[in-house]
Amino acid sequence: MASIDEKRGTARQPKRGVPHGLWLRCTGCKETIFRSEAEKFFNLCPKCGYHFYVTAKERINQVLDTGTFEEWDKDVLPTDPLNFHDNKPYSERLTAEQKRTGLSEAAVTGTGMIRARRVAFGVTDSAFIMGSMGSVVGERLARLVERATEQRLPLIIVSGSGGGARMHEGILSLMQMAKVSAALARYDQAGGLFISVLTNPTMGGVAASFASLGDLIFAEPRALIGFAGPRTIMATIRLELPKGFQTSEFLLEHGYIDRIVTRDKLKSEIARAIDYCGK
Amino acid sequence: MATQNGLPFEAPIYQLEDRLRELLANAGSSPEHDDEIRRVRRELAETTRRIYANLTPWETVLVAREKNRPYTADYLSLVFDEFVELHGDKFFGDDRAMLCGFANLEQQKVVVIGHQKGRTYKERSACNFGCAHPEGYRKALAKMRLAAKFGLPVICIIDTPGAYPGIGAEERGQATVIAQNMYEMSRLPTPIICVVIGEGGSGGALGIGVGDRVAMLEHSYYSVISPEGCAGILWKSHQFAEKAAKALRFRSRDLLQFGIVDSVIDEPLGGAHRDHHRMAARLKQYLIKTLRELRAVPTPDLLLGRYEKFRRMGAFLDQASIDQSGQASTEAAGVR
Ligand SMILES: [Zn+2]
Repeated sequence: MASIDEKRGTARQPKRGVPHGLWLRCTGCKETIFRSEAEKFFNLCPKCGYHFYVTAKERINQVLDTGTFEEWDKDVLPTDPLNFHDNKPYSERLTAEQKRTGLSEAAVTGTGMIRARRVAFGVTDSAFIMGSMGSVVGERLARLVERATEQRLPLIIVSGSGGGARMHEGILSLMQMAKVSAALARYDQAGGLFISVLTNPTMGGVAASFASLGDLIFAEPRALIGFAGPRTIMATIRLELPKGFQTSEFLLEHGYIDRIVTRDKLKSEIARAIDYCGK
Repeated sequence: MATQNGLPFEAPIYQLEDRLRELLANAGSSPEHDDEIRRVRRELAETTRRIYANLTPWETVLVAREKNRPYTADYLSLVFDEFVELHGDKFFGDDRAMLCGFANLEQQKVVVIGHQKGRTYKERSACNFGCAHPEGYRKALAKMRLAAKFGLPVICIIDTPGAYPGIGAEERGQATVIAQNMYEMSRLPTPIICVVIGEGGSGGALGIGVGDRVAMLEHSYYSVISPEGCAGILWKSHQFAEKAAKALRFRSRDLLQFGIVDSVIDEPLGGAHRDHHRMAARLKQYLIKTLRELRAVPTPDLLLGRYEKFRRMGAFLDQASIDQSGQASTEAAGVR
């Protein structure tokens, strides 16, 4: 269940450690803009409001109150249970991704405050093996949900995952979908409020598990969200896909998300929803 | 049950089967002739055993997809005394790729949910080759809820290349329905047994795959992605499907080792496609035995067990728990 090739609508992903150019061509409006101007305002295009990629770390800074984030389970680390080998061994790929992104895995979880409300917070970073879910993403998220249940915290998970369930860990990755979904069912039973935030891209096994199970589902504008990758669908049906297919707006129109929320409003929208639900 | 299209690696079996057929036409003509029949029979069994003991992962995929392999509908007539089909997702339409209904298993009333592939071309296209749409998953969940309400155990029969990838499927919430099925199955207050009978194709399989017991037939496979899909992404060509099949470790014995399935149900010599009745009898025996076990478990314990079963799945290093327990090894609690 992978859709790794879905770069449609994805901004050129700045790779950490790689020097950024001064200029940036916007995927949304094709205008050339000052990178620094976008970076000053939530990584949005100053001309058209296009939502560029943000790292997990930036996301945490944008959504949580400054200095309140405390990371959980960073000692849960990936291994290579299948001895998987494509053009390089998975274990080497992991090391390379860790070095390139500065992340130990595709999900960062922990606790922090949103306008002085304590929450359990998770984010998947699409830069780390397409933000795909392997055992570590599943385990960190399951522990996050379990702690949110125990500590009666509202739960926020921001998804950015084009890769779905990670192929390199085979069936173990697939089962993380069931594992995290089962933890969310218990959280739901305990009356917890789960706000799922979908960002570009959220596909495959991530879309088909926790990301779609929010009591409230928000999405950033023009994000690519869906089950099957556009290429897979085109190969199956042999038809051109309609314009705007599998975007946030498409999902809103078909009734699968509650609100489209621009990044600059995300924090206040989450805080307000928490208040409405009395959490 | 001769194979029309044939599996390439079964060629020596077909030759011996043909030879045996010829000999049997003149059986009893002479003692030497009958000796020869016995000899060819032995050789056939030996050859079949040898080939099936050494299937490659890709060959296993071919067996799992074999056109004469028993499908859900075959087991519905061979394993159960009665099947009362229930259509109606009460939302959009009737998905022929998902069969649901009441069934009777040796006096035990159950609800059966299963992917259906179809055998003739007409059936296959009506069933989308076993690829269910959102309405199929919605129908499945509706019937599982019905089962729980009236105290009936659920049996899920998994056999799909994957959930259908199409425009309508996306419009009607393919991702959402699969997520909701896992979510609800994890807490459905009735016993659930899942059996992969052929193809366990990623999310499409897992959408009816959360249960108290998960079993696989010996030559089935259960994977995060099809070998062709994996090859297309990682090796940039579907031609590397054999390589991907090997890398993905998706055969029944692999899954048993990873702690994903509880049991592997042995297939008759030469695969389920050679003997539907024997395969069905083994499946029936497994279901009766497992159902008896699960019915003895109080519901809260059942649900706790189901939760813990899936909660344990995964392989990772946990430095914190290693430090606490003072172990020098990097082998972690979470690694199975
Ligand atoms: Zn722009």
